[in-house]
Amino acid sequence: MQFTINGRGYEADVDVRTSVLDLCREHLGLTGAKKGCDHGQCGACTVLINGRRVNSCLTLAVMHQQDEITTIEGMGQVGNLHPLQEAFVRHDGYQCGYCTPGQICSAVGMLDEVQKGWPSHVSGNLADPAFDDSEISERMSGNLCRCAAYPNIVDAIREVGRAEPEGRTADEKDAAMVEEVLA
Amino acid sequence: MKIFAYEKADSPEVAVRNIDSDAARFIAGGTNLLDLMKLQVETPTKLVDISRLNLASIDEREDGGLTIGAMVPNSDLAADPRIIAGYEVLCRALLAGASGQLRNKASTGGNLLQRTRCYYFYDTASRCNKRAPGSGCDAIGGTNRILAVLGTSDQCIATHPSDMAVAMRALDAMIVTLKADGDRRRISIHDFYQLPGETPHIETVLERSELITHIELPAPPKGKQAYRKVRDRASYAFALVSVAAVIAVEDGKIASASLAFGGLGPMPWKDAAVEAALVGHAPTDDAFRAAADALLAHAKGYGTNDFKIPLARRALIATLRDLTGA
Repeated sequence: MQFTINGRGYEADVDVRTSVLDLCREHLGLTGAKKGCDHGQCGACTVLINGRRVNSCLTLAVMHQQDEITTIEGMGQVGNLHPLQEAFVRHDGYQCGYCTPGQICSAVGMLDEVQKGWPSHVSGNLADPAFDDSEISERMSGNLCRCAAYPNIVDAIREVGRAEPEGRTADEKDAAMVEEVLA
Repeated sequence: MKIFAYEKADSPEVAVRNIDSDAARFIAGGTNLLDLMKLQVETPTKLVDISRLNLASIDEREDGGLTIGAMVPNSDLAADPRIIAGYEVLCRALLAGASGQLRNKASTGGNLLQRTRCYYFYDTASRCNKRAPGSGCDAIGGTNRILAVLGTSDQCIATHPSDMAVAMRALDAMIVTLKADGDRRRISIHDFYQLPGETPHIETVLERSELITHIELPAPPKGKQAYRKVRDRASYAFALVSVAAVIAVEDGKIASASLAFGGLGPMPWKDAAVEAALVGHAPTDDAFRAAADALLAHAKGYGTNDFKIPLARRALIATLRDLTGA
């Protein structure tokens, strides 16, 4: 079978049962996307297919031979990070890092959905959704982080997505935490 | 996962002809089917890929309604300006279901055919009459918190998991199909699903190779619309109880009402007695309580899901208050 991943052509001799995730990880050496639950519940495997975020564990490689697949390896490289990768580093949007490739691919897809004006479950006005922290949380609910780095993940995405901040900034939160510890 | 033959269909006519045994399945988004295949709850010997069929548009009809291609992804349907403007209940129901990633993949036709998330259906070590007919039901007497209180049988108490289908029942959708012999059918969503009875493995009236090609919505209904979903998490969880409501109030009285419910039954639930308790009455708590009485007259709890009965009552009354300002 032939595939296009991160703009590069690949050929692989794989079983029809192979998911896009297993194709990338087990056959092509693209181990950025992670296998968490393998059932579409955790989002660690999120990649973009034709620009849309999907769970790569729940889709068959054989069904995506004509598509453009983008994994975290295609988002940025060391020394040339994607703005969301930079923001995750700056805001400490992870602890163990296992969910991070999925979080970032998902956030890239999500910000594109926001750009297109797609509403979410928490949108008051479906025709003109706002973009704030509750929207980020709702739209990212398909990506679990067992380290619970959620506040910093939201900070990173807000910064890149230029959402309206709610409450304190990350720096203000840090300052308050330091004050608390010192007191 | 068991091995299967894979065929990609280039037309609906080819797709229906290629389903040539009871063990062959269509695959569109695959988000539910592949999940079940990994667990060997589903073990198809052949998959017919219908994901690239030319059935992914949403078209306006002369009667003011919409014809939705079965391959339209859930995300695209929810974001369509015509759905947002005329069918808010459907938009809200779609957005209350699954995650962004899953909605990008899941198809409209496939969403209607989702299988139950009953724990015992998923666990191949358990007895389940839906998965293995005649084997028994471990949900009855087991942990049945998420399972049904209406329309159950002593064979099965599974719930239908879809949010979208609940809204489509409130909107009186029609399901258009193509059969292997080339015949087309238009099936009202009210006649589409079947109660478990003695045959819980049969969930719809679809024949073996019958393919859903389109879903038709009538012209946008009068009145206000809402979808209220109660679940264990604020996001990305199946409904414990959900209410899809379309209500019009004129001259201080409820002129029309269409209500459907998720999380309560083996199919998206609708009961004409609920609407009869409302139409012609002033939108007051008395009328709302009568509607809840009508909905739950035959409700039966199975232990850990008993709470759904008062929860459904409150969710219905709260939805009716919100929509009518009562």
